[in-house]
Amino acid sequence: MRALLVERLVHRFAAARVAALLTGSGSGIAIGPLRLTEIDPPERPGPLWHRVTPLLAGICGSDLATLDGESSRFFEDIVTFPFVPGHEIVGVVTDGPDAGRRMVVEPVLSCVVRGIEPLCPSCAEGRTGACERIAFGNIRPGLQTGYCADTGGGWSDELVAHEAQLHPVPEDWSDEAAVMVEPAACAIHAALAGQVVPGERVVVLGSGTLGLCTLAALRRHALPSMLLAVAKYRVQRRFAEDFGADDVALPSELGRAVRRVTGTLALASTAGRVHRLAGGADIVFDCVGSARSITEALEVVRPGGRVVLVGMPGVLRVDLAPLWQREIALFGAYAYGTEDVPPGPRSTFALAFELVAETQLERLVSAHYPLERYEEAVRHAASAGRRGSVKVVFDLRRENPAWRRTAAPAARKQRVLRNENKLETSA
Amino acid sequence: MSPRPGFVLEVDRSTPPTLFWHGEGFRFEQLPEGARVVYPPEPLDALSDPEAAVRHALEHPLGDCPPLSALLRAGMRLTIAFDDVSLPLPPMRRPDIRQRVIEAVLDLAAAAGIDDVVLIAALALHRRMTDDELRHALGDRVFDAFAPHGLLLQHDAEDPGALVHLGMTEEGEDVEINRRAAESDLLIYVNINLSAMDGGHKSVATGLASYRSLRHHHNVRTLQHSRSLMDRHHSEMHSSNWRMGRLIKNVGVKIFQIETTLNLDMFPSQFAYLQKREWEWSLADRAGFHASRLALERIPPRLARQIFQSMLAPYGVTSVQAGEVEAVHDVTLENLHRQQLVAVEGQTDILTMGLPYLCPYNVNSIMNPVLVACLGLGYFFNLYRGKPLVRAGGVCIMSHPTPWAFHPVHHPSYIDFFEQVLADTTDLIEIEKTYEQAFATDPWYVHLYRTSYAYHGVHPFYMWYWCGHALEHLGAVIIVGGDRAAVRRMGFKPASTLADALEMDEDVVGPNPTITHLHAPPLLVADVS
Repeated sequence: MRALLVERLVHRFAAARVAALLTGSGSGIAIGPLRLTEIDPPERPGPLWHRVTPLLAGICGSDLATLDGESSRFFEDIVTFPFVPGHEIVGVVTDGPDAGRRMVVEPVLSCVVRGIEPLCPSCAEGRTGACERIAFGNIRPGLQTGYCADTGGGWSDELVAHEAQLHPVPEDWSDEAAVMVEPAACAIHAALAGQVVPGERVVVLGSGTLGLCTLAALRRHALPSMLLAVAKYRVQRRFAEDFGADDVALPSELGRAVRRVTGTLALASTAGRVHRLAGGADIVFDCVGSARSITEALEVVRPGGRVVLVGMPGVLRVDLAPLWQREIALFGAYAYGTEDVPPGPRSTFALAFELVAETQLERLVSAHYPLERYEEAVRHAASAGRRGSVKVVFDLRRENPAWRRTAAPAARKQRVLRNENKLETSA
Repeated sequence: MSPRPGFVLEVDRSTPPTLFWHGEGFRFEQLPEGARVVYPPEPLDALSDPEAAVRHALEHPLGDCPPLSALLRAGMRLTIAFDDVSLPLPPMRRPDIRQRVIEAVLDLAAAAGIDDVVLIAALALHRRMTDDELRHALGDRVFDAFAPHGLLLQHDAEDPGALVHLGMTEEGEDVEINRRAAESDLLIYVNINLSAMDGGHKSVATGLASYRSLRHHHNVRTLQHSRSLMDRHHSEMHSSNWRMGRLIKNVGVKIFQIETTLNLDMFPSQFAYLQKREWEWSLADRAGFHASRLALERIPPRLARQIFQSMLAPYGVTSVQAGEVEAVHDVTLENLHRQQLVAVEGQTDILTMGLPYLCPYNVNSIMNPVLVACLGLGYFFNLYRGKPLVRAGGVCIMSHPTPWAFHPVHHPSYIDFFEQVLADTTDLIEIEKTYEQAFATDPWYVHLYRTSYAYHGVHPFYMWYWCGHALEHLGAVIIVGGDRAAVRRMGFKPASTLADALEMDEDVVGPNPTITHLHAPPLLVADVS
């Protein structure tokens, strides 16, 4: 079968990193660790596993960081090479009683998936994203499908998934809506991890897929008195407004905008750019994960406030003096599991299905690429905002007989949306 | 030879291209045949001995008012307030008329044995003046005598301890002004009356007031009903100031008003062509103009700004009058009209104007887009008496680069106003209702106004309201040669050339519209019949 494969080739990671540093994310794709190849389909690790043929598979920010050689070495022990990337997946199950059904894959490879009993303390509490056994059990190490050599990933013709990972897609849903469930789940988990108290003033840094989904999740699951989004590009600004931001600021306007909406004083400004505040927002969701975004988050959060890292960080150099002096809490929000929401605990994916439906998150899917054009796809994903796009996906439906039945109307709709985006961008 | 009055030229085939101001540069535009150009009068002859004129005015006051020397006595508390850096424009070559007047007043005060004298720059909600600007306005002698001893103050409209509420007018308007000024035995106000809008009761009631007081006349309703701001008898803003001024007088604040007028000699000799009509330019004028235009197009905007901002006007003083506020101001207006009034017959479909680099609020600063709008629609549009130069539903075409640029120290709240408020709405009523209070009371803006050199947080709102009459009156506003995003942000239409703008106008005013160009500066007031 065809698959995009990441191999442990240090020189290629290094080359990709240099290219990314010199000419921007995605620019080193041709010399990096990813290549299109023919491999054997993955074996089913056990009886509860099924074969899945991907329909759409998204390109995520963490995928780009990996391909740019910027991922932290922290992950070395919880992934196995070579792996097929792709953890935002909607596909068709091809075996077992559900054969032919479309499913969204919940990619976390937790205790249940790994056949581990008893469950680790985190999994026992429903916090599967924090599973303590992700390097053990009956499959090799891998924090998610898409990072494990035994499961395969979405950027291929086939992968295997445990039945606990599969969530049926409603008949009337487009594939584009379904592929947005995984990022929506991440966003919901982050929004709830922030524990926003009603009336708090919230900032969301970054308006890529994760930022926009976090914005939508905050609007649905929290009651901030003010929700400020920071968006760089026109398409992002439009979606941020659509998803309920009270105010949308450019990155260069961040300090000034937070000062304005919180009514605090500025401690320092240079050439009109306010970059240190006396007070600030109660909570900042950093959906970028760069040194700059974390620095900015620390600059605009109030003393005693919280910064939630939603975007995946790597090895960064950040001045933590404000974190210390202002007693700011900095914590991460990764993946999903079970959320404590009224009236009782629910799976993050169940909440994500609702969020996608209510907010029509499929609107964010802006471009489709076949596997063969993976270099273009990655470059497009790395410059999505600039090109008037948000989510870029691999489209594997042409090889799947289900394509015409499930995707044609959605594809038409996407063409319309893309045209609207073009008009918006050119205007 | 006596100076020639202003006049209206009808453009014909032989008319050379017309100079349009364009920020820190110029455009040379060929107006269509039949268009009119309103030229300002030539500068009146200046008084040959301004010091003597000042002394004479102080000893021969107008209205029911004794000579200044009779009002001064030892042991009294004397406050001298003076117009701030927003006047005159461009700044005056030294000695500034304020220096001449204040030196004369201080000589009399010293002769009377007065020890308690304080000078106050009447900032209202403007930025504080720098020491250099104060020294320029007052002269070295006055500055060195007062500033080191803390006797040269700048009005602080946000210092509760330095303000006093004097009461409310019959219209329910709060009158709150500078405490030192109000509680002095005598308040002397020293004006520079560059335009008919300045002076009179507006000097104290605005220049020394707080936001609480100013909001009664600096608001959308009042400014939409000030028709025009140069005609105080038809200006709601002035009516409000007059009510306040009379209340200030009635509660016992003694004011001795000194008003001065300047001629239209606004530009130094190397820019003499800016004072002339194009067909009268000498060869040297033409060479100078084209050389400076080419140079200005090639140098960085920052350098061009520095060159223009360093320009000092060789104004001549045309009159000095002192005494009771209203009597003084009536004579001041006569003198201003003598210099600035130009009779114009009938209105026009399209009014064109070239906007210069300077307005009252960007001295030594950047002309940001809000100030461009205010200069064009708030000031130049209002340079009329009788009827607006342009008909109701007509079009105003302004020429200015309108850069998306702000002075971060002088105009911090302007940046937020532009980024947040105008991004949301350009509707004056909505802006006033939704945003004004938050900006006016924002503690950071208050802090910067009081301790830095920032205009008050509410100031950009006032600039936008200043456009209120024009925005209500006009069918469209087009800016030629401006930053397109900045122009659109304000709800105006951008055009690359005047020809494009005139073509765009057809949708609003129909084919073959009448066109009138306001050839200013130098300043003029169109007396439209």
